[in-house]
Amino acid sequence: MKRAATLQLTTPSDREIVMTRVFDAPRKLVFDAHTKPELVKRWLLGPPGWSMPVCEIDLRVGGRFRYVWRRDNDGTQMGMGGVYREIVAPERIVNTEKFDEAWYPGEAVDTLVLVEQGGKTTLTQTMLCESRAARDAVLKSGMEKGVAASYDRLAELLASTKR
Amino acid sequence: MHQQHLDATFAALADPTRRAILARLASGQASVTELAKPFAMSQPAVSKHLKVLERAGLISRGRDAQRRPRRLEAKRLGEATKWLERYRRLWERNYQRLDALLEELKTR
Repeated sequence: MKRAATLQLTTPSDREIVMTRVFDAPRKLVFDAHTKPELVKRWLLGPPGWSMPVCEIDLRVGGRFRYVWRRDNDGTQMGMGGVYREIVAPERIVNTEKFDEAWYPGEAVDTLVLVEQGGKTTLTQTMLCESRAARDAVLKSGMEKGVAASYDRLAELLASTKR
Repeated sequence: MHQQHLDATFAALADPTRRAILARLASGQASVTELAKPFAMSQPAVSKHLKVLERAGLISRGRDAQRRPRRLEAKRLGEATKWLERYRRLWERNYQRLDALLEELKTR
């Protein structure tokens, strides 16, 4: 069993959420997994119990994507979609995103960057929200700069106080 | 937990000195004098940070009227980190599934 890669979550500015994660695969495969519906449907699912019955991707600048998730026990659905602004296969995608029933104001802009080194791929996913308030809503909190970066430390701290 | 509480909590946690104070209190309660020592900071400056932490519900005061030791309120800290943890865990789950998928794609 390989050591699990850790997901870094940071908030480098008032409007951004940045996630970084290393994958043990060439970036062509990571890119495919983000752009081919039959592959996207297999991992972009969120919490347990949800599936992705709709995944449509028109991979060209100006093309749209449409995702719908479904909670299998009660049929609750959640949809989102957006437009591709920039596509540089297999290293970069910029697209807008908006949920059908938006719980944060405005549209966000996502930038996916894939960097390959020694057969491994570092993924950086940046979500730029329309406002700081929208970003905070995404994280469901009034999170301040630096808190996410120190999340791991706080988790340790918590663990140490659970005696 | 109310949004206002959360805002106060995250604002309180945004400062490295305050996080260090919480880390210190995780190993047991301490007086203002004891807390000021490692930070090369005046007692009033430390008191200011303590006030912010107290208002956010992250620390409380002990009974000893002389020392007035501060102690960590782990519950509130737990509530604050839960939001971030949930968001991160959601994505970590996705990416673990992606790991498995990529393994499969590599052997195709």
